Amino acid sequence: MVQRAALVETRNVSKHFGGVDALQDVTLAVFPGEVTCVLGDNGAGKSTLIKILSGVFPPDSGELVIGGAPVHFANPRVARSYGIATVFQDLATVPLMSLWRNFFLGNEPTKGRGPFQRMDTRRAKQVMRDEMAKMGIEVRDSDQVVGTLSGGERQAVAIARAVYFGAKVLILDEPTSALGVRQSGIVLKYILQARELGRGVILITHNPHHAYPVGDRFVLLQRGRLLGSYRKEETTVEHLTEMMAGGAELKELSHELEALKDIPAMAAAARELAAEAPEGT
Amino acid sequence: MSTAAGVRETSPSEARVGRLVSISRFTRTLQRPEFGALMGAVAVFLIFTFLDATPNHLWLTQIGLASWTQQAAFFGIMSVPVGLLMIGGEFDLSTGIMTGVTAIVMALLIGKLHWNAWAAIGGTLLFATVVGLVNGVAVVKTKLPSFIVTLATYFVLRGASIGFVLHVNQGSTNVVLIGGNYPGLASAKQVFGSTFAQSSSLPGGYQTAVLWFIGVTVLCTWILTRTTFGNWIFASGGDPVAARNVGVPVNRTKILLFLGTSWAGALVGIISLTQASSAVSEQGAGYEFYYIIAAVVGGCLLAGGYGSAVGPALGACIIGMAFEGVIYANLDSSWDFTFLGIVLFIAVVVNRVFYRRALKARR
Repeated sequence: MVQRAALVETRNVSKHFGGVDALQDVTLAVFPGEVTCVLGDNGAGKSTLIKILSGVFPPDSGELVIGGAPVHFANPRVARSYGIATVFQDLATVPLMSLWRNFFLGNEPTKGRGPFQRMDTRRAKQVMRDEMAKMGIEVRDSDQVVGTLSGGERQAVAIARAVYFGAKVLILDEPTSALGVRQSGIVLKYILQARELGRGVILITHNPHHAYPVGDRFVLLQRGRLLGSYRKEETTVEHLTEMMAGGAELKELSHELEALKDIPAMAAAARELAAEAPEGT
Repeated sequence: MSTAAGVRETSPSEARVGRLVSISRFTRTLQRPEFGALMGAVAVFLIFTFLDATPNHLWLTQIGLASWTQQAAFFGIMSVPVGLLMIGGEFDLSTGIMTGVTAIVMALLIGKLHWNAWAAIGGTLLFATVVGLVNGVAVVKTKLPSFIVTLATYFVLRGASIGFVLHVNQGSTNVVLIGGNYPGLASAKQVFGSTFAQSSSLPGGYQTAVLWFIGVTVLCTWILTRTTFGNWIFASGGDPVAARNVGVPVNRTKILLFLGTSWAGALVGIISLTQASSAVSEQGAGYEFYYIIAAVVGGCLLAGGYGSAVGPALGACIIGMAFEGVIYANLDSSWDFTFLGIVLFIAVVVNRVFYRRALKARR
């Protein structure tokens, strides 16, 4: 495989809050047309990493590199101007507003001059339809309010919008955590669409089962440190799960729960844990 | 790498996932925020058509129309901007007293400082700008509920409208502009406080205020549905955090909306002063609730983010018809408030049903 230039890289990035090392010496690279999954349990440093990448705060040491040159993000707007867009889980669309109004919110196309300047609604609707079609969604009614869409479709609107407004790198923060199985599948499909459109995608998740099918690279974080970095062919979903949770701990927990199997809910939980725990442990 | 064209090759099951259902035109009409108010206005009109106790059934003539549209205009010029502010997620309780205070400001500028009436109108609008900015900036900066902030403005203005006027107006709370020479007042009256379309069947004509009411409604509809700012109003009230995330200047939007209600208050003040040539302290106090009722009846969501400009205008028509209708029906007008209370309650319940239906996620 030909090595392409990375869209954005972090080199030995560290961040401390008080005495806590939120992130230490993390190096990763995001390539066009690839999905880079950042995996880790709660407190692993995933959100610190996104916030550095999206310009919320700068790293204490290490650097961000775009196109081979170090950059400094003073604020999220600067990050956006470099083509790095963050899609927040529930904070990206306004439920009571229509699809086309949401799509162009904050970047409305206008026509006319002076006091007669107005939104170019026809163009807005047309562009929204075209862009949603690229994500594989056929919009029949541009005036449909976003609140009537499913959670997965709402994320698709946010992703399509970010792609249209020039995002080269899309950061998706736990896009599936609040969704059911089917809706999660839909979101993962849209992540693949964004990848097919040549965007670099950073997928933040704690769920290796969601990450593995769509990811090209996997970066594992644990307590702020880089635990491992793999290409897809170098790893398996079992391996990722084991690395993340510590397979032995999970197995032990499932045995303990098994002992309580007279309680139906507990038995179900134990079965799930056993299924998640890797075979070899 | 596949392109956009390749993406469309979805399997049947995926196609089902990837196509958004369309809602029929009929259902969409039912879901429009002002639909309930339109039905309500028609109902109230028909009720008073039946209850009309005047000898020649004047309710259905131009005389009836002129009387309730005059009432509706005074409520509507306010309720429409109040509705926009409500869609933007805020309240303004200083609107009622502002209609009176601005009339007094203009009357004092003309009567005591001997300003030309048109200069006084400029001064009144400037005063309204200051009040609107204070309301807006205070709400945005303190992050307190606008209910509380504008309640404070209301009391400050109400007190000042008595204390200050007593102080400068020889101990009277009534500022009168009659019998003197007031330059510009006659032409200002032509524009704001006059009548039009006199005819043999309607000697008195319609109030100019009705034209202002229509103008304000059209302007606000344009702003809300056609302009970028309108998009920001919906977003600021619907989900301020999401709006900020995509770059909407939420604070600026809200401050401008407070300016809007304040300017509308000044417009009503100017109209009422040029009509009556006098202004009284505390005039308009308590009317803020009519405006809020009209906006809510008109389908503006109390929580913000949803509504229209036509809705509050229709709400104002309902209140106008109710107030005038009881006279035509020869009913006891003491029951006005009771009627309004019931209408408000029904409207809120109906709105809630529509709101839920509009948001009902398909599964």
